[in-house]
Amino acid sequence: MTKIITNGLNLFYGKFHALKNVNSGFGENRITAIIGPSGCGKSTLLRVFNRMNDLIDGVRTEGEVVIGEKNILAPATDLVALRKKVGMVFQRPNPFPLSIYENIVFGERIHGDKVKDDKLDEIAEKSLRDVLLWDELKDRLNEPALRLSLEQKQRLCIARVIAVKPDVLLMDEPCSTLDPNATQRVEELMRELKNKYTIIIVTHNMQQAARVSDDTGFMLLGELIEFGNTETVFTAPSDKRTEDYITGRYG
Amino acid sequence: MRNPYRSQKIAYAFLLLSTLLIVVPVGMIVVIIIQKGLPAMNWQFLSDIPRQGMRAGGIFPAIVGTLYLVTGAISFALPIGLLAAIYLSEYSRDNLLTRIIKLAIVNLAGVPSVVYGLFGLALFVIFFGFGASILSGSLTLGIMILPVIITTSREALESVPASFREVSLSLGASKWQTIRHIVLPNALPGILTGTILGLGRAAGETAPILFTVAAFYLPQLPDSIMDQVMALPYHLYVISTQVPNVDEKIRYGTALVLLAMVLFMNLIAIIIRHKFRKRKKW
Ligand SMILES: Nc1ncnc2c1ncn2[C@@H]1O[C@H](COP(=O)(O)OP(=O)(O)OP(=O)(O)O)[C@@H](O)[C@H]1O
Ligand SMILES: [Mg+2]
Repeated sequence: MTKIITNGLNLFYGKFHALKNVNSGFGENRITAIIGPSGCGKSTLLRVFNRMNDLIDGVRTEGEVVIGEKNILAPATDLVALRKKVGMVFQRPNPFPLSIYENIVFGERIHGDKVKDDKLDEIAEKSLRDVLLWDELKDRLNEPALRLSLEQKQRLCIARVIAVKPDVLLMDEPCSTLDPNATQRVEELMRELKNKYTIIIVTHNMQQAARVSDDTGFMLLGELIEFGNTETVFTAPSDKRTEDYITGRYG
Repeated sequence: MRNPYRSQKIAYAFLLLSTLLIVVPVGMIVVIIIQKGLPAMNWQFLSDIPRQGMRAGGIFPAIVGTLYLVTGAISFALPIGLLAAIYLSEYSRDNLLTRIIKLAIVNLAGVPSVVYGLFGLALFVIFFGFGASILSGSLTLGIMILPVIITTSREALESVPASFREVSLSLGASKWQTIRHIVLPNALPGILTGTILGLGRAAGETAPILFTVAAFYLPQLPDSIMDQVMALPYHLYVISTQVPNVDEKIRYGTALVLLAMVLFMNLIAIIIRHKFRKRKKW
């Protein structure tokens, strides 16, 4: 099943043409990696899917992005509902300066009406279990989240997103601040999560793309040059520029 | 040949000297006032009404009056100032209008306090017909400290990292929920600091209350906000210049109480800021 489809997607920062006619389809329960040199528009594409680009003045989009049969670029789109369905994990682990517990239940406190404490407890436990932090942290739930290690913080941020029960997880270089071991463990986590979510990950790390993703898209200067099965993209790319990038001939 | 090491030493000495030049007068003021005012301090001085044409007795009505005025000023200025700061930092776009507003606020902070006094007299006392009253005085003081409150609150709000706002919005929170649950709690210490500094300023000013509320001699407590009150700074002015033969220790005692009140508020502001600095880790 295809979860997200982009049709003739163009995006402009003022006059600057940042995404050029992007056509793609992101599969459900698959991990899609987006690779490409710095400044090619990876983050921009990701932020189209939860309309975070709306926060920037002077952004204009054209074309269609269909998530669950709705064109989310339509002006009438309910952004709150969209962002509940399409969660985002950022590059820098960024927990709120609150307790571990309050970080996880933040979404529920915002969205739930008259939330009961035992329901919150349940959500906190389930989300922490999903990111494999429960055993480590179950006795420290009231400690400040800022005291955690970087890896724990990033897992916590993933738990915080999961607690809102999204369908799609957008991850913008989620491992770039982590050491190799932590990176490996977060990658394992992603493989587990893909059974329940559609995952799109932006990464600078080609090995990572090859390791975790089912599909890969290669972007260059705002264009989606190549899109397809990861193995095919890495072993038999159809475009010369993809091959050049993968073999290291671009920055 | 010039010796760079020596010129550094000279520069260092000058820097130290200028710093001391700032500290010494402040220290001297505090020491002198404490020295001369302390002998007047006793329970009667703090709790009794002025007697014998303000040459004896206490300053209780003036203390209470100042507390009333400060409370009134803050309950007017804090809500308005905070809402304005939220609007300016979170909602308004950077355009000519908001730039004019910000410029106006900066300039408002520099307006001499006697001008606020005249403004309060014209607007509240005469035009709105509140007369010389706690209401007029509080509103005048409130307007005087609005710029401080708006500016510090705005700075506090803007120092909350943008990434917190982004995350909150990306989790589906509305803009107001983000402000309410994320931005405001993190800006609170800064807002409190500004508020307390404003309080200190409101407590110490004479000119704004001169025409709008302050009573020359009123040895009873007010019944309503439409009454006049005595206030510490004005009382100090009166007993220092208008009433002959007031004992020096009563004058310095009054100054000491006023100084202690203002310094105490500043101390609270410093403590809050310090606590927050230690906690803040982003
Ligand atoms: N707010 C903005 N205003 C104007 N131009 C922008 C803005 N954000 C990004 N751009 C431009 O759009 C292009 C794509 O940016 P984007 O952040 O999507 O790149 P990226 O592929 O994620 O790069 P990186 O790998 O460095 O994160 C860049 O040329 C960038 O300069
Ligand atoms: Mg990026």
